[in-house]
Amino acid sequence: MTSTLVSISSKAIASAGDAAGKRSSLVPTVAGLGLLTALLLFPSIAAALDETFYVSFVTRILIFALAASSLNLILGFGGMVSFGHAAFFGGGAYIVGMLSIEVTRDIGLLPGTQSAWVAWPTTMLACALMAALIGAISLRTRGVSFIMITLAFAQMIYYLFVSLKTYGGDEGMNIGTRSTIGFGLSLSDDATFYYVVLALLVVSMMLFRRLVHSRFGNVIRGIRENETRMEAIGYDTYRYKLVCFVIAGSFAGLAGALLANQNTFVSPRMLDWHQSGLLIMMVILGGVGRLWGGVVGAVVILLLEEILSEYTLYWQFWLGSLLLFLIIVAPKGLIGLADRAFKGGLK
Amino acid sequence: MNTPLLKVESLVKRFGGLTATDQLSLDVAQGELVAIIGPNGAGKTTLLSQLSGAMFSDEGRILFAGEDISRLPVHRRVHKGLARSYQITSIFKSFTVLQNVALAVQSRSGTSMRFWAPVASERDLLEAALAIVTDVGLESVAERPASQLSHGQQRQLELAIAIATGPRLLLLDEPMAGMGREETLRMVELIHRLKQRFTILLVEHDMDAVFRLADRIAVLVYGRVIATGSVEEIRNNREVRQAYLGEELTV
Ligand SMILES: Nc1ncnc2c1ncn2[C@@H]1O[C@H](COP(=O)(O)OP(=O)(O)O)[C@@H](O)[C@H]1O
Ligand SMILES: [Mg+2]
Repeated sequence: MTSTLVSISSKAIASAGDAAGKRSSLVPTVAGLGLLTALLLFPSIAAALDETFYVSFVTRILIFALAASSLNLILGFGGMVSFGHAAFFGGGAYIVGMLSIEVTRDIGLLPGTQSAWVAWPTTMLACALMAALIGAISLRTRGVSFIMITLAFAQMIYYLFVSLKTYGGDEGMNIGTRSTIGFGLSLSDDATFYYVVLALLVVSMMLFRRLVHSRFGNVIRGIRENETRMEAIGYDTYRYKLVCFVIAGSFAGLAGALLANQNTFVSPRMLDWHQSGLLIMMVILGGVGRLWGGVVGAVVILLLEEILSEYTLYWQFWLGSLLLFLIIVAPKGLIGLADRAFKGGLK
Repeated sequence: MNTPLLKVESLVKRFGGLTATDQLSLDVAQGELVAIIGPNGAGKTTLLSQLSGAMFSDEGRILFAGEDISRLPVHRRVHKGLARSYQITSIFKSFTVLQNVALAVQSRSGTSMRFWAPVASERDLLEAALAIVTDVGLESVAERPASQLSHGQQRQLELAIAIATGPRLLLLDEPMAGMGREETLRMVELIHRLKQRFTILLVEHDMDAVFRLADRIAVLVYGRVIATGSVEEIRNNREVRQAYLGEELTV
């Protein structure tokens, strides 16, 4: 009898009150596979239609999707509203850039490399360290103080790079070429680069999915829900939040490394608070604490930006208005909205 | 063994000019249920907060099983066997009842720095949680989000979460708060059963409940213990009747 009870209950545990479960139905799986197929075929289709510009554009979306998803780990699942994610996103971009220009200009501050196999993991590690430092201090505070202190750290790094003339100061710097990956492949080819970015996003999302359903993820969600009680049942919440912050920082760093490669250019603009704000908007619009929230938000916002800027000079105004409208009709994000629509449709 | 499970020595806690805990000393023996009564604002919750580690005391010591725990943070005290329930319900509202309890079980069953295996596949956690959920009489709503429970059920869950940490000493802060007659009776029954298994420090307003459950009663007024004794002794203590029971009657 116990075993039947338990089997009922494991189902219940899987269907966490918010993020998990429920979505284990067939429809999202089919939709996901369809989408993945479309993404895999996309560069060929674009080439056939002679619209290769769009390969770069979609690559950019995928990169922001990764950055926003990493933010969603702390903001969405952990309830830590960081307003400084650009420190890791832009920071990651700079690290790749700094390693790369050592090869061409030999500044002598760092060992230079253009190998993706070295530079990208190094970037993730460096961003993890930076997140550990920033997190260790910021996570001593909560609420508005946390928002302000993460913002302050990010702005410090922004001003640091504005003042570093070696790395182009406020004008930024060109990176000669994209990273090298060997195997006879070149990331300078936009389609190849696209596939590499897509693969990294897919792998990262699989890891995040594991993470949020793991013991650790359970603790993180518990902390968002009621941190005081989590302590009162024996969790050292600070430690868990810090680890979460570090993981998020390192994946934002990876996204930054990709962005630097995409643009073969880095500038302090990647580090400033607009960038952090943009990522927050993506997460909120897509769905806070929803696994795919960051992805959906990145797609919608960058698409809107692209479309609106074609039609009007005042696209920023219209984008802002549209986002405001969307958030009013879908306070739980677009995924939350889709959820409701889907459930209603079934009834 | 003669060392009490909990020994509180001359505890002092001040909030600015207000002394919320004033040279308070108290022992709780293994297996005992000690009730703390006292008017609103007497410092009962403040005392529990110091015992659980949510607040540090300004003076005095807290010994748990002979060890000074006065400076340990909350989570460390939990792992030593101290669990607390809250006067104002503090649960995980979007989690199901079972998940609420499983989260507490998870805390005492090894590290949670595990990032890969799905927690939902850990049968041990679920079985232990289910046993506790059943124990407190919530098995019929085990799958429901905690937010959908009635007030009385949420109070039961509040208690279940504390039990699930596997404590040696339970600190209960007004478990009957806001409950109706029926629910109160059920809660008294439940605590009466828990009493067989846990040492309990019970803060409670409901005098009938206290007289029914307590082995010993301490009366707290303005942060001081003005009397301790058996149920009979406290009932007949004139000072207590004046300071507290009298007030109760006129309310
Ligand atoms: N965090 C705090 N800051 C300042 N004063 C407090 C705080 N917590 C409690 N107090 C005061 O301490 C006294 C005792 O409060 P409390 O322990 O909640 O009483 P009880 O639980 O017995 O009703 C009250 O006068 C209350 O106003
Ligand atoms: Mg109180």
